[in-house]
Amino acid sequence: MREVAVIGVSMIKFGRYPERKVEELAARAGLDALKDAGVEMKQIEALYSGNLYQTSGSGQRILQQMGQTGIPVVNVANACATGSTAFREAYFAVASGAYDIVLAIGSEQMGKQGLLGAPRDPATSIEGRIGSYLMPAVFGMAGMEHMRKYGTTQEQFALASVKNHWHSTMNPLAQYQKETPLDEVLNSRVVAYPNTLLMCCPTGDGAAAAVLCSMEKARQFTTQPIKIAASVLTSDPYTDRDLTLPDINTLTRNAAKQAYEMAGIGPEDLDQVELHDCFATAELLHYENLGLCGEGEAAKHIASGAPWLGNKVPTKYEEDVAPFVDKTYKPKTKAVVNVSGGLLSKGHPLGATGVANIAEIVWHLRGQAGARQVEGAKVGLAHVIGLCSACTIHILQR
Amino acid sequence: MTTEAPPKGELRPIVPYLALGNTRDEDYLFGSRCTKCGTLYLGPRLFCGKCSGEGPFETVRLSKEGEVYVWSIIHQSVPWVKVPYIAAVIDLPEGVSVNANIEGIEPKPENLKFGMKVKMFTEVVSQDADGNQYVGYKFRPA
Repeated sequence: MREVAVIGVSMIKFGRYPERKVEELAARAGLDALKDAGVEMKQIEALYSGNLYQTSGSGQRILQQMGQTGIPVVNVANACATGSTAFREAYFAVASGAYDIVLAIGSEQMGKQGLLGAPRDPATSIEGRIGSYLMPAVFGMAGMEHMRKYGTTQEQFALASVKNHWHSTMNPLAQYQKETPLDEVLNSRVVAYPNTLLMCCPTGDGAAAAVLCSMEKARQFTTQPIKIAASVLTSDPYTDRDLTLPDINTLTRNAAKQAYEMAGIGPEDLDQVELHDCFATAELLHYENLGLCGEGEAAKHIASGAPWLGNKVPTKYEEDVAPFVDKTYKPKTKAVVNVSGGLLSKGHPLGATGVANIAEIVWHLRGQAGARQVEGAKVGLAHVIGLCSACTIHILQR
Repeated sequence: MTTEAPPKGELRPIVPYLALGNTRDEDYLFGSRCTKCGTLYLGPRLFCGKCSGEGPFETVRLSKEGEVYVWSIIHQSVPWVKVPYIAAVIDLPEGVSVNANIEGIEPKPENLKFGMKVKMFTEVVSQDADGNQYVGYKFRPA
């Protein structure tokens, strides 16, 4: 296995594009990534296309838009980890020596469908009759498990929404760029307790792309190749309640352990983390799963200011956060979390998310992230989870 | 929703792990225990996801009493489901968990406790265009 670098990235602004075809969104992102890398379509040796709802032939339809060069196309679907799994396949194709330059594109067009995976047949549907299997309920109950163990409150979970919505105001590509103080988050309607509407990510359309290249060739194209220091994929191992309440924790912990080993670093070395905050509850759980804090310390960690841009709660939110601050708590990492706005505010077009996370980290490591730049960022981690269940972690370094 | 006998069609369990008796009082949930590693699953099972065993599986009749592991109150659902309602994961004493609605209490956070004791009951919850009726299980505070 040889070293692989990311030499070009892009994402289109996430949002709603009912008048456009998904392959047009994807081709826009693909061509932008080629431009960013300074690479021509004819130099691309393979395409890895992540798309969940339009999977079959998605990559070929993208090439029909942006360049039918006859290269191999692999269409990837892996729930919400679809884009990041496509990126990982692209990584292995180059790491193995099979190809020197490949393209990974994640795309999705979700429209306004409100409830992901909602059943269609009222008679035999168990939804609402035998509990709920929709994502808001699953992640609501995952949060309740943390509440049961550690006494975490709805207000503490809601801080993730305050933080990520604030971050998104500095990201022009985010689907929403609106600040939401704590009382606004808590007063928005409940979707599935403890998550309110502003604690749930939106549906939407989007695309993102990355050009991957062997490190030995990367310097032909850029002075700032970003090294892929770890690429890990896990599935859910057997745990006691996993088939009833999907266990989003164990597979993330397994992936984190492998990723830190592969990169030879620990959470204390991270400058930036883009983690899978599909719901506000999930963000706090993943602080612990990724080792950003100790067991049961997630609420103290967010209140400490560490995961906020600048490692400090902005003055305007100090009052919101004050009741949850533990002055004896010392954060072990300065990793800023979801500075892009996260899924909560940047948006979550399923297949695009995993590649967009990579783009975000690359921009910070190159010092190109504008108002939300994490100062001096050298190491970033991108985490994605899809039910039921896949987890990817990539660690990027400059 | 009616509990009267349908003019045509049959009475069916809404999930494969609910066994129907002659009356609703006789309905019960059942599981399958892997005889190799002891893992208990809801409903019928051919293979074991924990030990990769191919059985045989022992059918286990599950208790009607259980404890609430975690819960949520669902305020947004599919069009035919009345909200809000309580969705929960219930731990059964045999060592398996089930998803279920909890009825008989107002769906408010202050009415729910982790570990609270609940008891199962069944009733007809839906009917299809052919007149088949579906029986579901629910829990209420014990």
